[in-house]
Amino acid sequence: MNSEYRLQTPLGDDDVGKLRSGDKVLLSGLLYTARDAAHKRLMDCLGNGENPPFPLQGAVIYYVGPTPAPPDRPIGSAGPTTSYRMDTYAPRLHDLGVKATIGKGKRDAKVKESLKKNTAVYFGATGGAGALLSSCIQQAKVIAYEDLGPEAIRVLKVKDFPVLVINDSLGGELYAKPRI
Amino acid sequence: MREILADSLIEPVAEAVVNSNKFLPPDVKKALGRAWERETSPAGRDILHQLLENARMAEDTGLPLCQDTGLAVFFVYMGEECCLKGDLNKALNEAVRRGYSRGYLRKSACHPLTRKNTTDNTPAIIHLEQVPGRDFIIRFMAKGGGSENMSRATMLAPAQGWAGIKDFVLRRVAEAGPNPCPPTIVGLGIGGTFDMAPILAKKALFRSLEETNPDPELAKMEEELLAGINNLGIGPMGLGGEVTSLGVKINMAPCHIASLPLAVNIQCHSARHAQVRI
Repeated sequence: MNSEYRLQTPLGDDDVGKLRSGDKVLLSGLLYTARDAAHKRLMDCLGNGENPPFPLQGAVIYYVGPTPAPPDRPIGSAGPTTSYRMDTYAPRLHDLGVKATIGKGKRDAKVKESLKKNTAVYFGATGGAGALLSSCIQQAKVIAYEDLGPEAIRVLKVKDFPVLVINDSLGGELYAKPRI
Repeated sequence: MREILADSLIEPVAEAVVNSNKFLPPDVKKALGRAWERETSPAGRDILHQLLENARMAEDTGLPLCQDTGLAVFFVYMGEECCLKGDLNKALNEAVRRGYSRGYLRKSACHPLTRKNTTDNTPAIIHLEQVPGRDFIIRFMAKGGGSENMSRATMLAPAQGWAGIKDFVLRRVAEAGPNPCPPTIVGLGIGGTFDMAPILAKKALFRSLEETNPDPELAKMEEELLAGINNLGIGPMGLGGEVTSLGVKINMAPCHIASLPLAVNIQCHSARHAQVRI
């Protein structure tokens, strides 16, 4: 039987360790956005021994490149992008304290191992529901790599942002195995 | 001869670019509604409900349906009784520039290696064809990267035939799993050359989900593949269920005696396209 939780970021081992694939979670607090180009820069930054642009400990990274904010809203449409492209970066970030990532689609074996090793989770948000998910975002601000435009790192203040636990910290997975 | 000024296309096309990113085509919306009625998996039904809510939200707020507002793809069908004056490429790219700026749409075009954004979502991908008649028709698609990444083309051996095609398509959809945002629409291009098959597949994605293929042979193939895909059990957003695809659309063309080109172009559930008829 799946559970429903309300969690506040940053997340700790207690928050994440109890989650099982299939659980529904409403996230509140801060999310940091990063997708392909921002991850590459983040890795370069860490490789050079510099401080990352946001605290990694307990952080939740949201794989999203939003549409520009119209004049009357904090952000445009903001649904998840496909996560596998960030697989190469995720284990390192989990090692450094990132507790969860939010995206859509499958993760590779190394990411799933890293979730177990670091008591972390992979959340899925509904792909193609960017207008709906935007309504849970109260504030948005670019904090790094502004020149990357939609790929810049933003901090989002969210309230009851709906996600599903896809991969949990015990190796559980929600996605259906195709019958072929 | 009807004279068409390229510059006169800019505003109507810019409007279509904006609107197609905010209003789901009626056939797609209806198909999602039917999918919701038919889906038996609770998680799948929940996703379909969210997608219908999302479409309503986009209509109400003017926010784009999806943050991936795509690369701009055009198929231009120029009636042979039309005479085009001016630069079509320039006009369509200007329409993209205006539409993506005015509609607060995301600019997703970048240099393949440096990844530097072109900042205005140009250049558009433009295909031009001459057709019989007096109409000048521009079809626009905002093609997202997630589903495009899951698309594949291959050169089968003629001996593989229909069985080989079915096998390749089902394996491709199964491997893509949740990644291309199911329920998807699957466009197939069969035949032509290495370059033509994917273009046939992409053109197929413009067809209405409510229309049966006028060619009974292709209609049967589409039906058989759709049943096979939905039997995979991937379901909405890969969470399991009956509805993995909303439709399969096939375009077929003659090919070389040595070849059987096949392209599978996957379209996410947010199938945003529009038509401007001049």
